This record gives sequence, structure tokens and C-alpha cells, in this order.
Amino acid sequence: MPEALIAALDELEISWQKAMLDPAFHQEFDGLLQNYAGVPSMLYDAHRLSERAGARILLKREDLNHTGAHKIRNVLGQALLTKRMGKTRVIAETGAGQHGVASATAAAYLGLDCTVYMGEVDTERQALNVARMQLLGAEVVPVKSGSRTLKDAINEALRDWVASVDHTAYLFGTAAGPHPFPSLVLSFVRGIGDEARRQCLDLTGGLPDAIAACVGGGSNAIGLFAGFLDDPDVAIYGFEAGGDGVETGRHAATIFAGSIGVLHGARTFVLQDDQGQTVESHSISAGLDYPGVGPQHAALAAGGRASYLPVTDAEAMDAMALLARTEGIIPAIESAHAIAGTLKVAEERQGQTILVNLSGRGDKDMGTALHYFGLGTPDSEPAGEADQ
Amino acid sequence: MTTSAGIAYEKARADGRAALVGYLPAGFPTVDGGIAALRTMVEAGCDVIEIGLPYSDPVMDGPTIQAAAQQALDAGVRTVDVLRTVEAVAATGTPTLVMTYWNPVERYGVERFAQDLYDAGGAGLITPDLTPDFAPEWIAAADARGLDKVFLVAPSSTDERIAMTTAACRGFVYATAVMGVTGARAATSDLAGPLVTRTKRAIETASAGAPGLPVGVGLGVSNGTQAAEVASYADGVIVGSAFVRVLLDHPDDLDAGRSALAALTEDLAGGVRQ
Repeated sequence: MPEALIAALDELEISWQKAMLDPAFHQEFDGLLQNYAGVPSMLYDAHRLSERAGARILLKREDLNHTGAHKIRNVLGQALLTKRMGKTRVIAETGAGQHGVASATAAAYLGLDCTVYMGEVDTERQALNVARMQLLGAEVVPVKSGSRTLKDAINEALRDWVASVDHTAYLFGTAAGPHPFPSLVLSFVRGIGDEARRQCLDLTGGLPDAIAACVGGGSNAIGLFAGFLDDPDVAIYGFEAGGDGVETGRHAATIFAGSIGVLHGARTFVLQDDQGQTVESHSISAGLDYPGVGPQHAALAAGGRASYLPVTDAEAMDAMALLARTEGIIPAIESAHAIAGTLKVAEERQGQTILVNLSGRGDKDMGTALHYFGLGTPDSEPAGEADQ
Repeated sequence: MTTSAGIAYEKARADGRAALVGYLPAGFPTVDGGIAALRTMVEAGCDVIEIGLPYSDPVMDGPTIQAAAQQALDAGVRTVDVLRTVEAVAATGTPTLVMTYWNPVERYGVERFAQDLYDAGGAGLITPDLTPDFAPEWIAAADARGLDKVFLVAPSSTDERIAMTTAACRGFVYATAVMGVTGARAATSDLAGPLVTRTKRAIETASAGAPGLPVGVGLGVSNGTQAAEVASYADGVIVGSAFVRVLLDHPDDLDAGRSALAALTEDLAGGVRQ
């Protein structure tokens, strides 16, 4: 990382460690999660999807949290830290907009100024979320450099932070980036896994045979996985964005098809060329469209504790429609990757129990779904293919 | 034969002036055009040359340098082109360093990069996103070959980190004068002076009061007047975006760009001599 940010990262780490040891912080954080964010989210027994899959599928309903995703947990934790550090402004990067909306929400709730960096491409495919952030009082800055997606939004947010670090906190959106962000984010989202483990025991009397989540940067996945890492009989699956198919080169399957490198202050799997230049990632899901991944996932993959597999755009969109029509739940396209991957895993796990993190709801992805499925009023003109 | 940037700083110090350090990314506007432009800067008065390795995610660079680097990447510039540029510029006898983000070096291979840089006559590396506490592999490779290790200090650096950083540097230490990315600015930063004072104090403490490692100040300088102001308290004035801007302003006419580069270099070189 640049030396200019080391002091800020050190300050953040010290504040976070102090907060973790302070019962008052936990009380405030837990209170906000329960009374504002709607946590714990329920564990839902998806009977009709299970019939289709031939395995019992349990859904951790993070899509029911306030703002519609697991992101609110991380953001509330980081925003509370911001207040404790005496800073008055937050910045954030966002791909699909879920983290941006969550950041704008927390900033509004806690009275902080908020600027959200978003790749220009993503502002177009996630226009609804841009409007939500603006309504919440945040400034949304479209980033026009590079591939104009999530990684470029992170670059621009880091640039802002270098220049504003004395009064600004960077609410990092996923369990990636420089230390302490991966560990810090994990500490705020690990409730997903802890709750799911407890809920599964209550519901079924045992642990699941496998757990699954989608992986972009990897925050929802690491949150779920953390609750089961010490349960060696529970298999762990992370599903990455396979885009048009890994073989086409147009994908975001960073662990499956990337190599070890350094990106945004973390040594992890990166999509890069033979010169060490970052390769543009691709996914129909703006939230998974990132050429890096959290270093904890890299370690889990390297150690063989978790398996990371790609799911294509088409498979994810089919799963989105399937979940909508079997359970009346429209998932975010990110989460649809987890559903699609689970259906494949279920073929080899017939009769077993698979717990899936449904990390976000699909309202924000209606524009993409409209184009992809050719939906809308009779007068609308379906584009016939995915919004890319 | 590599020539440490420290030699150029010593010569400037002996002349009672600051050194002028000029930057351009390799491959901009083309590989050969970039070599010609850098030679122009040498002829017109740059004491040390920094050659940027274009990178896809240049977090510390502002829009001017990023645009030039992206142009080079779009044209297919590779790490070997950077080393070829180093070889051509170092052949002038001017200390020539590479300024690079870390991942391309790691991908090339740290040992291999260090050796090829040494063989090209390069003086060393400036590493904007690599601090000494995370650089054991580079430090070992550089020490084995006597290459310069230029790390950065910032206004936000603690005194402890400044001491740690300056102790690890060879050639000079790069003081980022403002909290922000690269880019020409109308006024130089009021953070620069105090940072240089703190950095020099750390160096003097380590070298028992003798004039030790030089301190170059970067980010924001674009004319001779600003250069003179920075030169009044720093050992070196580092200029990047202003040089890049000159070439961006002459997109299809390298000769005109080189003439303008020469004029800017002379203005800056005059500034560091005031």
C-alpha cells in the first residue's frame, strides 16, 4: 500500500481492535443490527426448490435485511467505527450498488457525509441504485477510468482517501483490500455464519452437509463460511462469476482461473496477464465483477478447505428465474450464482442438506432481468440479451 | 554500469543547488518517442530520470499520468520495453530509475527484474505502493546489486515510519509533498516543508549529523518558480505530470513536444539553481 495510507490503516486497526474489546461497542452494534437492520435474518427451508434439486436446500435470507443485502452488517460496523474515530465523512466504492446503498443508509442514519464511487458502466446498469443513494443524500461519482467497473471505483476511492484521510473513513465494501479490511469486514459479517449454524441445528437437529455462497470480493461468503470452518464434515463451496464461460476469457472467476498477485494492497488471486497488468473481469452481475478476491478465500482455496467453482451468466439467470418461480423469491444476480452452483453440487449430494447464503434481493437487478428475459409491458422493447 | 541517483544529488549539492528529477512513463507517446523525449530532458538539464512502468491500476497517479500510461498500455508496451527505455537513457550517463507499482515486478520475477535492470544500467527502483516493511525480497535483490531503493514518505507518516523508511532507502528518499495523487498544482503544498524537516532530522540522527541521504520532493511542481521554492528546502525537485502534460498537448507532433519539453526543463533547471 502507499505509505500515505499506512497511518490511516494503522489508526483503523487500532480503533477496530479497541472496539472489539469494548462491550459498549458490541452492544451498540448488536442493537443496530437487531433494531435497524432486521438481523438475525431467517433460515428458510426451500421445499419446492429442494424438490427440484433432490437435496434439502436451506436459504439464509440476508436479502430480508434492511437495504436488501448482507452488506448492511459490514457498513453499520464500519460506520460506528467512523464515529468513534471522530471522522465526519465516509467514502465507499460499489459495483452493484448494494454496498453503496448500505453506506449511504448508514451515513444518513449516523449523520455522516457520504461519497460513493461507482464505475460508469455500473452506474448505467444499476441506475435504480444510483437514485437510491442520491435520495439517501450521498454523492455518487461515476468513475470513467480503466474498465469503468468496480476495481476502478476502488482505485478512485483510494485516491480520494489519500487526499482526505484526516476527516474521512473508507467503508470498504468487501473482505478484500489492504489489512485490516479483510479481517475487519469478517468480524462484522461473521454473524451470518454463526446465526446460520445455530438456526440449522434448531431446524434440522444437525449441521448441513454443505454450505454455499457466491464470491466476488467475498464478504457474504466469508461471513457464512466463518461459522463452519471448525466443522470438518461440512463441505464449503464458493461460486465465482463464470461470465460467458471461463474458457472465453470473459469472466470473473478469480480463484478458479486467476493467479497469485498483488491488487489493492492484498496478496491474493488476481486476474492478470503475463505482464502483471490486471485483466478486466466480466460478469452479468456488477457485484461480482471484480478481478481480485479476499485473501481469506485465497487461503481457504490453497488449503483445500473450500472449493471454488465458476457459474456462468446463463446458469445464474436460469437460477434466478427458477428461485422466483419455485419459491416466490427473486434473488440478486450475485445470489443466483450461489443457487445455480448449489443445483450443480446437489446432483452429487442427493438427499443431503445444503445451506445457501441468499446474500441479496433482486430488486436492484430488475433492469438486467428485463433485458435478459425480454420482460416488461407489451410496448417495451426487449433487448434480447443480457445488459453487458 | 549503474550510476546511483545519489551521485547526481552529490554533484548538485556540491554546486550549491538542488537536483532536478524528471519523470515520464515508458512507451509514451511510443517506446522510441519516449526515449527521444527522455533524452531531451537529459540534454536540457534533468539530473536524474525516472521512467514509469505503465500499470493498469495506478492508485497514486492522477489523471494526467494515468492517461499517458493507459495510452502506452493500449499500444501494447511491455516490461521489456521499459527496460529498453532504461538502457537507452542510462547510456547518457544520467542516473535512471524505474518508478513502478509492485505487481508487474513480481510477475516479471523480482530477481530477474533486478538483474535485467542492473544489466540495462538502471540505477534502481522507486516503489509507490511498496513500503520497506513489505519489501524484503526487493531489498535483498537490490542490495545484492547495489541498486537504489527509493521508498516514499508522506505527510501522514509517523516519525517512526520516516526513520524506518529512510534507513531502508538508497539513492534518495522520495517525499510526497501533498496528501493526494500526482498532478500539477497552482501552489505547492505547505505540508512539504515540515515533512522535509522531519525526514532530514531522521536522516541526520541516523548518520550522526553528517549530510546523508538526499531528500527529493515530488507532486505538484510545474514551473521554475515553484521549483525554486521547493529547492530552497529540499535536495531534489521531482517533476512528472507537467512533463507528461507537455507531450499530451502535442499529440501528433513529437518534435514540437520535445521543443516544449526542452523549454520546460530549462525553466525548471533554472529554478533549482536560484
